[in-house]
Amino acid sequence: MSTDRFEAHDYYMMDELLTDEHKLIRDSSRAWVKETVSPIIEDCFEKAKFPEHILPGLGEIGAFGPYIPEEYGGAGLDQISYGLLMQELERCDSGLRSTASVQSSLVMYPIWKYGTEEQKQKFLPKLASGEWLGCFGLTEPDHGSNPGGMLTNFVDKGDHYLLNGSKMWISNSPLSQVAVVWAKNEEGRIHGLLVEKGMEGFTAPEMHGKHSLRASITGELIFNNVKIPKENLLPGRNGLGAPLSCLDSARYGIAWGAIGAGMDCYDLALRYSKERIQFGKPIASFQLIQKKLAEMITEITKAQFLTYRLGQLRNEGRATSAQISMAKRNNVEMALDIAREARQIHGAMGITNEYSIMRHMANLESVITYEGTHDIHLLITGLDVTGIAAFNS
Amino acid sequence: MKLLVCISKAPDTTSKIAFTDGNTKFDENGVQYIVNPYDEWYALVRALEIVEASGGTVTTITVGTEADNPVIRKALAIGANEAIRIDAEPKDPFFVAKQIAEHAKEGGYDIVLTGKETINYNGAQVGAMVAEFLDQPFVSLATKLDVNGNTATLERDVSGGLEVVEVATPFVLSAAKGMAEQRIPNMRGIMAARTKPLNVVAPVELAALTSVINYELPNAKAECKYIDPENMEELVELLHNEAKVI
Ligand SMILES: Cc1cc2nc3c(=O)[nH]c(=O)nc-3n(C[C@H](O)[C@H](O)[C@H](O)COP(=O)(O)OP(=O)(O)OC[C@H]3O[C@@H](n4cnc5c(N)ncnc54)[C@H](O)[C@@H]3O)c2cc1C
Repeated sequence: MSTDRFEAHDYYMMDELLTDEHKLIRDSSRAWVKETVSPIIEDCFEKAKFPEHILPGLGEIGAFGPYIPEEYGGAGLDQISYGLLMQELERCDSGLRSTASVQSSLVMYPIWKYGTEEQKQKFLPKLASGEWLGCFGLTEPDHGSNPGGMLTNFVDKGDHYLLNGSKMWISNSPLSQVAVVWAKNEEGRIHGLLVEKGMEGFTAPEMHGKHSLRASITGELIFNNVKIPKENLLPGRNGLGAPLSCLDSARYGIAWGAIGAGMDCYDLALRYSKERIQFGKPIASFQLIQKKLAEMITEITKAQFLTYRLGQLRNEGRATSAQISMAKRNNVEMALDIAREARQIHGAMGITNEYSIMRHMANLESVITYEGTHDIHLLITGLDVTGIAAFNS
Repeated sequence: MKLLVCISKAPDTTSKIAFTDGNTKFDENGVQYIVNPYDEWYALVRALEIVEASGGTVTTITVGTEADNPVIRKALAIGANEAIRIDAEPKDPFFVAKQIAEHAKEGGYDIVLTGKETINYNGAQVGAMVAEFLDQPFVSLATKLDVNGNTATLERDVSGGLEVVEVATPFVLSAAKGMAEQRIPNMRGIMAARTKPLNVVAPVELAALTSVINYELPNAKAECKYIDPENMEELVELLHNEAKVI
């Protein structure tokens, strides 16, 4: 099985744009990942086993809600720090990053932004430490790219709400203590509800058979007349904009994460091509290999700057959803292209678990689909520049 | 227990090594620095373990410029209570040791810990000199340290075996591999490091005793030669005439 010899590449001395603390956070998370996760990740992937035991460690390195204020158990960090953490996790595995970005951006973020003080006190510290896991239920069997058409709904029963419906493709769901569930009220308005493990009529069965993100656990959420206490509604915001604002935060993290996956593949390809001898010389001496490597580092460098600038805009609260869509789309495609080229450079070895490339490639097929598919993000940019929506008739 | 740990920076092991100023100065351009591993993994972590078990404080000391602040912050993030930086370019081992000793003699430390050497210059002199300036015992290359009241027991690797040494505090030691295990800073530690004191103090006036005339890089690694397994004569010929090993 593979050993983690990763060395970071910083072609444009981008590190000079980071603070000492950014670098300390990044280097510490990288060291933790190498020590704790790299040795087990291939096995987890092969056996489709979610490494639950590392959750407290993820909490310790600050991967859960790093930008949540310290009073709620977060680290009160900026958006660049969040991005760097996601980069380091996805450098190892997109599933690892998924666990953290769902917890941070799709569970902690809405509770922090739209929850009551009691909800924040009850959930955020335990989610930040990794004692609890959370999930985000938006997608339904018949509503993926079009979540606004959702059928899951709740009815006001006076002293409680009654929730019915189902969600599908939900990361972390089978192991979650709390699910942030988006459902329509009687007027058809979307609200967020905090559904807790053990509530009567609520189940979260695991989904099997994924060829991608196998080290991350995915499941359904099934609500069969679930009584939800009224204090479990997120009062701060309603409408589709509420879940979409969470997705903005998660997609921003994915944009950084994808750079991590791309860097890992490039690093492996560069090293392998210098070590592998064919026709009496390292394959790195052939022009076609150099073209692949040169294009990889060019694309990584471009993505690093795009994403760093996006981080600055987010720090200032100025990044638009459309800007985030552009970065998510660009970077995930970049990483997937690099994974494919890196796999070719490795020849037959590239398909084995000696190298992380094929795992990254398989994982990125999920990443390019979830949190808005590749094409939907393109249409968001299209809408942004033309003012005309092309995804609904 | 009051412990003082000497911390210096060293280039990351993946750095490209080059020199400037007519090969008299290390070229720092583009070099990433880490905490010298012997200082961090062994001396600092063992010091922290000791105060965690039986109370006390760990202070770090660095002779260096502002460029050393990141590695000092890392030491604080790992768990040191406070840091001192003597604001001077480290000129030579004598200069560094004297600066540290000047501070240490006022500080009333029970143990001064250094790494056995820095991984860039491999001088291995600072600890011994600090001990001399403080007129304290010195235990070099310690792989194990236990403290019981005013007595410390240390282990050292010696040729073909182990030496167990006992020494009364205060004393100075240099730490070698085995004394402790690397600790990765966690987010709490990184956040706490923001507000821990990093005291910058002026150096004492002092001239260095040595100066570097020249650095040289080792010869580039020769390319690997492949010899046909049928052609033993050529192999012997090359080993004899070219490599001159037989
Ligand atoms: C591993 C994994 C984990 C996930 N985790 C979560 C989670 O935690 N929470 C959650 O809520 N969801 C989650 N999802 C669901 C994910 O967000 C959806 O799969 C995604 O939004 C796409 O929906 P869909 O699969 O129904 O595809 P569809 O919407 O059916 O899309 C199928 C294809 O049609 C295209 N298409 C759709 N509409 C248009 C249009 N108007 N114009 C052009 N093309 C269009 C799409 O681009 C795509 O190529 C996860 C998915 C995966 C694979």
